[in-house]
Amino acid sequence: MLAYIIRRLLYAIPILVGVNLLTFALFFMVNSPDQMALVQLGDKHIDPEAVEQWKAQRGYDKPLFVNDREDSEGLLTDTIFYDKSVRLFALDFGKSDEGRDIGDDIQQRMWPSLAVALPSFAVGLMVNVTLALFIVMFRASIFDTAAMVACVVLMSISGVFYVFAGQYFFAKLWSLVPISGFLGGVDAIRFLILPVLIGVVAGIGSGTRLYRTLFLEEANRDYVRTARAKGVPELTTLFRHILPNGLIPILTSVVVVIPSLFMGSLLVESFFGIPGLGSYTLDAIQSQDFAIVRSMVFLGSVLYIIGLILTDISYTLVDPRVRLS
Amino acid sequence: MASLLALSGFWLTGCGDRQWNDPHPEGESAGNVIYNSFSGRPKHLDPVRAYSADESRFIDQIYDPPLQYHYLKRPYELEPNTLTKMPTITYTDHDGNPVDEDAPELAFSVYELEIKSGIRYQPHPAFATDANGRPLYRFDSAEDSARYRTLDDFTETGTRELISDDYIYQLKRMADPKNLSPIRGLMTPFIVGMKEFADIAAEARKQLPSPQKDWLDLDQFELKGVQKLDDYRYQIKTNGKYPQFKYWLAFHFFAPVPSLVDEFYHQPGLADRNIVIDWHPVGTGPFMMTRIDPNEAIVLERNPNYREDFYPTEGEEGDRERGYLDDAGKPLPLLDKAVYRLEKEAIPRWTKFLQGYYDRSGIGNDSFDQAVSIGPDGTRLTPELVDMGISLEVVVQPGTYYLGFNMLDPVVGAQPRPGEESQADPEALAIAQERARKLRQAIAIAYSEEESISIFSNGRGEVANGPIPPGIFGYQSGEQGLNPYVYDWVIGADGVGRPERKSIEEAKRLLAEAGYPEGRNAETGEPLVLNLDTPTGGGATSARQLWMIKQFKKLGIQLNIRGSDYNRFKDKMKKGNAQIFQWGWLADYPDAENFLFLLISTNGQVVTKGAGVNSSNFSHPEYDALFDQMKLMPDSPERMAVIQRMLDIYHRELPWASAWHPHSYVLNNPWVRNAKDHGISKAVLKFMAIDTDARAEAQNQRNHPILWPLWIVFLIVIGLMVPGYRAYRQRQMVRVITGETGGMY
Repeated sequence: MLAYIIRRLLYAIPILVGVNLLTFALFFMVNSPDQMALVQLGDKHIDPEAVEQWKAQRGYDKPLFVNDREDSEGLLTDTIFYDKSVRLFALDFGKSDEGRDIGDDIQQRMWPSLAVALPSFAVGLMVNVTLALFIVMFRASIFDTAAMVACVVLMSISGVFYVFAGQYFFAKLWSLVPISGFLGGVDAIRFLILPVLIGVVAGIGSGTRLYRTLFLEEANRDYVRTARAKGVPELTTLFRHILPNGLIPILTSVVVVIPSLFMGSLLVESFFGIPGLGSYTLDAIQSQDFAIVRSMVFLGSVLYIIGLILTDISYTLVDPRVRLS
Repeated sequence: MASLLALSGFWLTGCGDRQWNDPHPEGESAGNVIYNSFSGRPKHLDPVRAYSADESRFIDQIYDPPLQYHYLKRPYELEPNTLTKMPTITYTDHDGNPVDEDAPELAFSVYELEIKSGIRYQPHPAFATDANGRPLYRFDSAEDSARYRTLDDFTETGTRELISDDYIYQLKRMADPKNLSPIRGLMTPFIVGMKEFADIAAEARKQLPSPQKDWLDLDQFELKGVQKLDDYRYQIKTNGKYPQFKYWLAFHFFAPVPSLVDEFYHQPGLADRNIVIDWHPVGTGPFMMTRIDPNEAIVLERNPNYREDFYPTEGEEGDRERGYLDDAGKPLPLLDKAVYRLEKEAIPRWTKFLQGYYDRSGIGNDSFDQAVSIGPDGTRLTPELVDMGISLEVVVQPGTYYLGFNMLDPVVGAQPRPGEESQADPEALAIAQERARKLRQAIAIAYSEEESISIFSNGRGEVANGPIPPGIFGYQSGEQGLNPYVYDWVIGADGVGRPERKSIEEAKRLLAEAGYPEGRNAETGEPLVLNLDTPTGGGATSARQLWMIKQFKKLGIQLNIRGSDYNRFKDKMKKGNAQIFQWGWLADYPDAENFLFLLISTNGQVVTKGAGVNSSNFSHPEYDALFDQMKLMPDSPERMAVIQRMLDIYHRELPWASAWHPHSYVLNNPWVRNAKDHGISKAVLKFMAIDTDARAEAQNQRNHPILWPLWIVFLIVIGLMVPGYRAYRQRQMVRVITGETGGMY
């Protein structure tokens, strides 16, 4: 397995180079270093000299990909792309275009992101699996049909609507929770109730439908029929037989998401004023802070690759027939 | 589920007595604290770098420039802040001999500033010393400083007296190109020696050993135009005469920064943990920043070392009646703490204000109807807000927004591009310019700014007849200030005169004279298509843009919306490739010069490669000459006459089709005192006060938790579970029975 993991990690290098190259090309297709400088320096009294200074201080005064003023060594290395990319592979994110240390910012902002994403993920998974099992229990009944209709309705509603409705009813009309914001420590719980609740409710429709399909597949297998024929109660059949076997595909779809959880949610963090990595990325895109955008895309790719490797490993854990080689 | 989640939260956090939806830490709002929000996070808090209002609103409470604006008096008036008196100004010739201020040989203005003694800095680790009086925190390497993760990890603090060296050092920081001060380019022609200092500093930086040790002691270099006289007195020498320089002395750019503090923040490793002067300001002002998390909250607390400073005892007419002088003579600041929370979304911000968790608020477009109604008797609050005791403050902002023409465009401006003036045929040029002028006048008549303000700004603004807004010397209201090319002054049946926009027929006549009868080119018969360049992207046309198309259609002109992203838009403006555009300007200081310079040729965007503020690239030799004359004059009838001549040129040439001055609408909860809007200064926090008991009572009244929905949710869940359980039981009871036919039941 170790050899497999090492091989997968080595495969990751060209993928990350590709992702970085693509991010770089896309960003500089619509932004020039001069434009980035103007955004950062503001609108008033900015002279061309200040723009040149800003670029020089941040290394944006070099050519993008090829430096034809340099010899063979500097041809590719004395460029913005090389400068900004190489350090990323050591997870050294450098400074944002505003001058703040990105690594330090990520360390601070990952915790609020996790505070929202982990409970939303865990509670959501629990609720969706439970609901899916109950729907499977009443499969091919009017309850099943009604539940599926409800799921489709829930899926069809925009996430923003859940946010607005939740804020209006729970925070404004009924004064039950703060409408937005975030505080550290135990106080954080009061601020997390509504975003987590909305995160869970917004995911019920799609999650429950997916898990229902997976469980239905299991419910029609021979071992389940055998259990029923032996007179095993329905609940025991569901939780002791269908659930563990149905978990294999669920696990594989879930494990890949886990490392990415700390990247945060753009929507929830923005609307609820949670200072996590989701809003960090969004702010960076809006303010054209390439250093942050590049770092977050790179980090997201690394985490996704880790998620995929973990998924492969989890296969071997839940299904003894699978071997990594 | 909802009930359980919500209730578990309340139990866990022990929401016994406090409001369940209180967004502040328990017990905090009982203190002498003001709560406010910010939607744009500050990018810089270094006084040499910060410029935007999002930044000034914080650091102007911390840094003490030499001068400040009187809080209550209008028109705006400067007064000493850390100085003992207003600066004395002497004028000299090239040899340093005193001359009269109007003397032709005048070469320099020398400002002498005297600081009050005994002013001390806020407690800060940069001032902490060991037993020998040497700085306590000094690190040779990043490893040495590694255990200090945040500024709070520096447990020892100290202070020291403000001296003139600190003001001088800050001027050197402004001159140092590394610091990217936004006003360095502006000040370089004025402050003697700035250019030379910048060159020396830039050269010295190249010799620094490594980026890790980027500390450069600027005190080792001389800035010729800034001289220390003694610990409390210093001089600034400017080239020629620059009367507006006094206003810059009320900006944080001129506030003191000791070299000791700059050196502290430049120690190895600290920048990697964002411990930099750009995020941790150090000043002598009424407040100090005790928490800086621009992604969540910024907290200012009273500076325990703040000097003797008192609330003003006089203001403008009516201030006493409005209660602005109730705290006259009291020591400042009146607050202990100010908490600013990041609120990017308008709905949560507005809701928290109504719930009493924010003390002050603006009014977003979404909530305007909920807050304000505009009737024949003017603007008034809605009954709901009146019942809550909320008050509204309406102030004309010292700013101007406009719909501008690019005068370099061959159709709407016909001005030759810079450098191509000599190539143009003078006769053809004059004809083209006359046609373009009539076209601009026609558009100016057709474009109803009144309607635009009413529809898109909820009436929060007034039509501008020139760049200068009300409250600034040079502004004229009534018939005197009217643009006679766009409006007529009409005496109504009530005997009162009011402006009336010229008829659309008059506009059509001008359009025909311009060579576009009925909006078609008289020679080719092709329709006249003009382009509005906008940074709103290439998506769907907005309601405002549709409205603008309609305004041009009145004349038969087709308006094409050319959307692009902000960068490309700015690039177009810089290169002079836009045709019609929208732009705005907010005053740096309350002087007509700061508005009329928006149209001088040396400020043109193209000629300055994007640095200038004359977005129209308007160039008029007479206007330029009058500007040079006006900027040196004190406010006087003579100056007013010159300004009027400049405005006459503006009215005739119309480089802007239309303009308006925005109104600021600020709502205050009833427990807020002394919240008088100051259009220029942001250093106003020290004057504000809060009645905390009234706030606590209002918060209790406005935020009773309503529990019945939770019970309903609970009952629905139970209601679903019971039949579910029964159905399950029923299913469990089903028996497989083999019938006679062999079927199963």
